[in-house]
Amino acid sequence: MTAVIVPNSITQSTAGRGRRIKSAVATTLIVMSLVIVMIPLVMIIATVVSRGWSSVTAPGWFTADIPIVSRSEGPGMGPAVLGTLMITGVATAMAVPLGVLGGIYLNEYSEGSRLGRVVRFFADVMTGVPSIVMGLFIYTIWTLEFGFSAFGGALALACLMLPVVIRTSDEMLKLVPQELRESAYALGGRKAGTIVRVVLPAAAPGIISGALLAIARAAGETAPLLFTIGFVNAKNTDLMSGANTALSTQIFKNAISLFPGQQNRAWGAALTLIGIVFVFTILARIISTVLARKHSA
Amino acid sequence: MTLTSLNESLMTPTNLATVNDPVDDLAEEPAEMVFEVRDAAVDYGSHRAVDGVSLDIASREITAIIGPSGCGKSTFLRCLNRMNDFIVGAKVSGSINYYGEDVYGPKVDAAEVRRRIGMVFQRPNPFPKSIYDNVAYGPRINRFKGDLDDLVEEALTAAALWDEVKDKLKKSAFALSGGQQQRLCIARALAVSPDVILMDEPCSALDPIATSRIEDLMVSLKRQYTIVIVTHNMQQAARVSDRTAFFTTEVDDAGARTGRLVEFDLTNTIFTSPADSRTEGYITGRFG
Repeated sequence: MTAVIVPNSITQSTAGRGRRIKSAVATTLIVMSLVIVMIPLVMIIATVVSRGWSSVTAPGWFTADIPIVSRSEGPGMGPAVLGTLMITGVATAMAVPLGVLGGIYLNEYSEGSRLGRVVRFFADVMTGVPSIVMGLFIYTIWTLEFGFSAFGGALALACLMLPVVIRTSDEMLKLVPQELRESAYALGGRKAGTIVRVVLPAAAPGIISGALLAIARAAGETAPLLFTIGFVNAKNTDLMSGANTALSTQIFKNAISLFPGQQNRAWGAALTLIGIVFVFTILARIISTVLARKHSA
Repeated sequence: MTLTSLNESLMTPTNLATVNDPVDDLAEEPAEMVFEVRDAAVDYGSHRAVDGVSLDIASREITAIIGPSGCGKSTFLRCLNRMNDFIVGAKVSGSINYYGEDVYGPKVDAAEVRRRIGMVFQRPNPFPKSIYDNVAYGPRINRFKGDLDDLVEEALTAAALWDEVKDKLKKSAFALSGGQQQRLCIARALAVSPDVILMDEPCSALDPIATSRIEDLMVSLKRQYTIVIVTHNMQQAARVSDRTAFFTTEVDDAGARTGRLVEFDLTNTIFTSPADSRTEGYITGRFG
């Protein structure tokens, strides 16, 4: 047993110099780590903004077609903005409802069943499947049959989003206290009604955040789209047929070009994509905060 | 009365505040039995958690269930309204009759059982909704046809909460204090016009002042409802209940713990002249 020095006054610490120095060192290390983490983050944003700003602010950037002649300078990225919104939107419409239902099945209905364990295991495995593999999969089952289309790209992104949405919904539902379900049952409630009226609203902020993170990630995916949507320079509003384009694939195509005009468009597309994802993330925050605040003090 | 049909009283607004003939003088044998439990047992998988419970629960009385931790008090309570249905591997055997009908009978609608036999839990657990919507939840899911505003007011009045919340019905239920939340949960249970209210340690998360308000409330609710309360607090059982059941834990050679009913009698008898030495030991141990 070590002797405890009883201080005569509160200015005389029992902790001693050693402990105070350790604490100071730990604090310094933590602050330094934060700074180091911030450096790449700030640099990425700064570089993309400084290089892409002039492209994005040029009139017609968000609406004009992509110049057909590679050498030409100037805007725009209209077809890619449209393509990204269409593809991500359709992917979301497919993956989020299905994923939330899957999460509900896992947490509320599968209770100890073998099917539940298998589904949960495969959702976990699918979360780790590289996106290019998902693209290849859709390429073989869809694109080879029906040709390039925005829908093919949406299918590939939906496959990527689905396991993420399933698992986040599953986890968020797990956080809803069992007592909340039981009090609904104690009022004569049945299972399905209780899930819709009590459990889902309680888990909604978390589920929405999870879904929006999945959407943000999918919006930036490039590899799965390369195989499935092809490239075009003009807007294609037809979801089901004809090649399409997206911001991510335009970044890929233009960034590896030798022409400064294309390189500038790549930076512009990168800034636009970051902007879109940023807007979605802010939106997600607002929605889940509003939902959470509605139900708490 | 039959469990398989939805109670007619739900279709018309009922006055929850009405005082029906109060049963103040307690007879040795009460007039009507709500529950007749015979040799009830609960198994969790291969483990018998509660065994051989036989007791009668009388109408418009407060029946307290006391006993040490892990003696199966809550498990037994949850048998009465089939709340154990949701626990995987839980199995109830023996017979639990509610007005002569087997609660676990094949034709019984478990949701209807739970509507008639309401429950208040250990921790106040309002829904993430407004105060109004919390109370209105039960009537809404049971397709209540009358004036919902009136029903909400009656339920909140009966739960002694109306005056505190009448100006903030649209506010979130989480804005209330713990004691108010628990009274809201009681109001929520009353709003579906139950017959019995099961309370699973309803005051264990509350301070003494909130606790005494809930106890007062229980005594006033007794005029209209049958109440079964599980409590850790023996003084509480002595203060509010008419009859008391004492449960204890028996440990077999393999170390498995099984809860058993030791003694069931008028509260006064249990606390002054218990028949079983284990009851006496438990009561005097805590009081002495």
